[in-house]
Amino acid sequence: MAAPLLQVKDLVMHFPVKSRGVVARTVGHVQAVDGISFDLEAGQALGLVGESGCGKTTTGRLVTRLQKPTSGQIIFEGHDIAQAPPRALKPLRRDIQMIFQDPYTSLNPRQTVGEIVGAPLAIHKLVPASKRLARVQEMLEIVGLNPEHYNRYPHEFSGGQRQRIGIARALTLQPKLLVADEPVSALDVSIQAQVINLMQDLQREFNISFLFIAHDLAIVRYFCPEIAVMYLGKIVEKAPREELYANPRHPYTKALLSAAPDVGQAAIGGRRERIRLVGDVPSPINPPSGCHFRTRCWKAQDICATTEPLLRKVDVSIGVRPGAAAPAGGSTAIAGTTVATPVDEVACHFPEP
Amino acid sequence: MIAYAIRRILVGIVLLLAMVLVVFVLFFAAGNPARDICGKYCTPDKLKNVTQVYGYDQPVSYQFGQFVKGLVVGRDYPVDDKYREELAKSNPDLVIHCAAPCLGYSQHNASTVNNLILKFAPITISLAIYAFIIWIIFGVLFGVIAAVFKGKWLDRVIVGVTLVVYALPTFFIGTFLLQFVAIRWKLVPYPRYVSIADGGVLNWLVSLTLPALTLALFYMAAYVRITRAFVLESLSEDYIRTARAKGLSERVVLFKHGLRAALTPLLSMAGLDFAALLAGAVITEAVFTYQGLGFLAVTSNQNSDLPVLIGLVIVAGSAVIVANIVVDILYAYVDPRVRLR
Amino acid sequence: MSRPFLSVENLAVLFPTSDGIVRATDGLSYTLERGKTLGIVGESGSGKSVSSSAILGLHRNTSAMVSGQIWFDGTELLGISDDEMRAKRGKDVAMIFQDPLSALHPYYRVGDQISEAYLAHNSVPKRVARARTIEMLARVGIPQPDRRVDDYPHQFSGGMRQRVMIAMALINDPILLIADEPTTALDVTVQAQILDLLQDLQREFNTALIMITHDLGVIAEIADDVLVMYAGRAVEYGSARELLTKPAMPYTWGLIQSIPDVSGPLDRPLRPIPGNPPSLLNPPVGCPFFARCEYSRFVPGNRCATELPELRPVDEGHLKRCHLEDDELDSYDAVLAGGH
Repeated sequence: MAAPLLQVKDLVMHFPVKSRGVVARTVGHVQAVDGISFDLEAGQALGLVGESGCGKTTTGRLVTRLQKPTSGQIIFEGHDIAQAPPRALKPLRRDIQMIFQDPYTSLNPRQTVGEIVGAPLAIHKLVPASKRLARVQEMLEIVGLNPEHYNRYPHEFSGGQRQRIGIARALTLQPKLLVADEPVSALDVSIQAQVINLMQDLQREFNISFLFIAHDLAIVRYFCPEIAVMYLGKIVEKAPREELYANPRHPYTKALLSAAPDVGQAAIGGRRERIRLVGDVPSPINPPSGCHFRTRCWKAQDICATTEPLLRKVDVSIGVRPGAAAPAGGSTAIAGTTVATPVDEVACHFPEP
Repeated sequence: MIAYAIRRILVGIVLLLAMVLVVFVLFFAAGNPARDICGKYCTPDKLKNVTQVYGYDQPVSYQFGQFVKGLVVGRDYPVDDKYREELAKSNPDLVIHCAAPCLGYSQHNASTVNNLILKFAPITISLAIYAFIIWIIFGVLFGVIAAVFKGKWLDRVIVGVTLVVYALPTFFIGTFLLQFVAIRWKLVPYPRYVSIADGGVLNWLVSLTLPALTLALFYMAAYVRITRAFVLESLSEDYIRTARAKGLSERVVLFKHGLRAALTPLLSMAGLDFAALLAGAVITEAVFTYQGLGFLAVTSNQNSDLPVLIGLVIVAGSAVIVANIVVDILYAYVDPRVRLR
Repeated sequence: MSRPFLSVENLAVLFPTSDGIVRATDGLSYTLERGKTLGIVGESGSGKSVSSSAILGLHRNTSAMVSGQIWFDGTELLGISDDEMRAKRGKDVAMIFQDPLSALHPYYRVGDQISEAYLAHNSVPKRVARARTIEMLARVGIPQPDRRVDDYPHQFSGGMRQRVMIAMALINDPILLIADEPTTALDVTVQAQILDLLQDLQREFNTALIMITHDLGVIAEIADDVLVMYAGRAVEYGSARELLTKPAMPYTWGLIQSIPDVSGPLDRPLRPIPGNPPSLLNPPVGCPFFARCEYSRFVPGNRCATELPELRPVDEGHLKRCHLEDDELDSYDAVLAGGH
């Protein structure tokens, strides 16, 4: 089995917090990302969901190396890029691109669409200047814009069209990995599906891997076969979508899903069991000991405060297998129950059955 | 809060020292300053003597150190120790002590720079305060009126007039006021500076009115436009809509909710503009032949009186740095979001 | 029993601009009873916020031109004086907004901002208003209300800030509450808390609630009746259950089909609505949805482009704006499916 395109191991990002004294000292750290690991195969899509402040956006910025992580590994095509110096990152910028949330502020208003989409080609000197326009027009066509509009400015386009421009720019260099940070949340509902479908078509056509960061659980479910749920800088659960949505194992995932409005269910009057979390997410400067979720968890016991639960494979029939530290894949048969591939991973001492 | 202020003051002092250093280096880049003191009939021997007496033969770094030391503990002139000691015996009146913070000694004026600045500063400070009060009151007032009546004729008149005033050069306004208001129409006596000690508060005020108005008109025009823009921006904020939705009267919405946010950014601008004025309003002082710091700067420049120029740069720089600190602290007091940072 | 509690009749809000007149809302009519929740769904620019602001008279003294009638609790609101309107704002009708951070004044303590709403309509000493404020903060679920009353908005989290807004809106026991995208800026778990809170308070005070949102999920959670707006016009109206299960207007149907869900089959394809909403500067004379509607080609005589369909009943309490009947739409579905 070939190594995955992207392997993230124990990734940590701590931002220092300065004091307000005469001499500013570091008095603590915002533990934005606190030791997360995941793999992403070529051509696959991994969803990263969680609420604001959970560290999903920081993770995206670390993977694209817009920021340098405090520690941990980001192995892209066999090379650890986590601490690579800026010069060594330039070739990487071709392979890893980003799609931003806000199509209004992420495009330079003083550049034409042609300049925006063609800029990566110019920077990396991949295509002679004479052929650049043809390539730009090709890209515009691919994302469903009129190629003749290369001379227009971003403000002449609607929100959905601007997001297509952003996608065209990201695609110009034929990247292997696209990090999409809330790519549709700024768009109107009827436009979101257009952009989602476009990204899905492109993924199939060019075999691009997606790290898809979003807070909208329904959209992530639609786009990503595998999904990781983050809470306060940690991945609390990672599972294929079929399992995650039908059978959430981490209490936080369960609460998150039960809070998400369900048009289909509510319309026919079917109301699911509701779990209402009380209070707010604790500060990432001083997160709770042990399990970060324990302060809001209805299942919390003493052990949750003392021992941090690690992300472990879970067996559908008997819950967490003690000490099973997760090599990828592999099937197990236990006590008459044949479990095909226990790929659900959960970080909880008392996961849901 | 106090720690924040202390940190700002420390940074301010470092900034000031850096500024003095830059001025010092530029001072020496202009050539041997002793040559100017030496005068028209300078012989090589005399030049050498002067250079030594004034300490200009020492390395720049040493002189800078001495200057900074003078700022902190004071200094005696002439600079050369041996020469000064001899002079103290032969002619003790010519040895001058310059107390801290010593800004230097002007050979040209035969006076310490401190005394010179103290002599010329009152006019400038009076002028600056007077003009500041006029321009803040009327600039903000007309700016708010224009914003409230946006698009109506009143707004257009105010914006139009301020544009014209803004475009007029200061010397034109000054000359105009002098020629018409004072000389032709005789609405005020011909402006001649009278200190409070000499003529009392009323005469002092009257004597300053025309130059202060000249100075204020220019700033006022700018502040009308800025205030108008800030108020309009503030009135389009979401919290103004909230205030209306609560059922508050338009008066409360405007004065309590709108102006508080609109005028806060004006605070920092006003502080810095006022500080800049303390360095002297060169043109206004020239038009009215008032002898303030601007006048001192111009004459010192003509006479290549470098110690005075360095002193003025330090005073002007300090004013701006102090104003900056004061404004920041006031800002933190007004805006609770800044307070916690 | 004469008029409904709230009755908006033929409401139009027009904004003159240098390019021409923007018809933000046109020909809008709906009714709402006490204790009920009306959801108004639409995308940005559909006129859902603009029309609701008109109930509070927030377009007064602006360049906007408002016409029609708004009957509220026996009074026609567009005709009353500014002072009479102000007496109702924040007392009988209250509003909460999308982004609580920008909707609260950054320089004033939350307690003072809430008390201000109480003092504007009640002649009581400040200390009474403060006590009432603390009581309201407790009621909307803010821990340690007697301490937090003196905090500034930026010291609260997004969800807590929205609770502050709700406390401010409800302090005078309004009989109508307009919530303009109150949970859009919030996380889902916080959204659920806020929606629960609104429903509890509504039950307690028998308030009528207008919930403005772009999110059909929020509608499904909270609304009794739903009004779908598109390009300034109401295009469908009905009970939430009926409208979400049996949408009758192609736009509503398209909207439901274009959003994914957290449950249900995974292989359901998303069918986006092609194109973009029309400009409100020169809105189409015919059906506002005509240019994006797949069914319009089945309507003979190009009627969709030239003739605005009436908002007409398709069922008991279910109205839609479309030239086609439900069974016609169903039969053309087969044709469209075949064509794909």
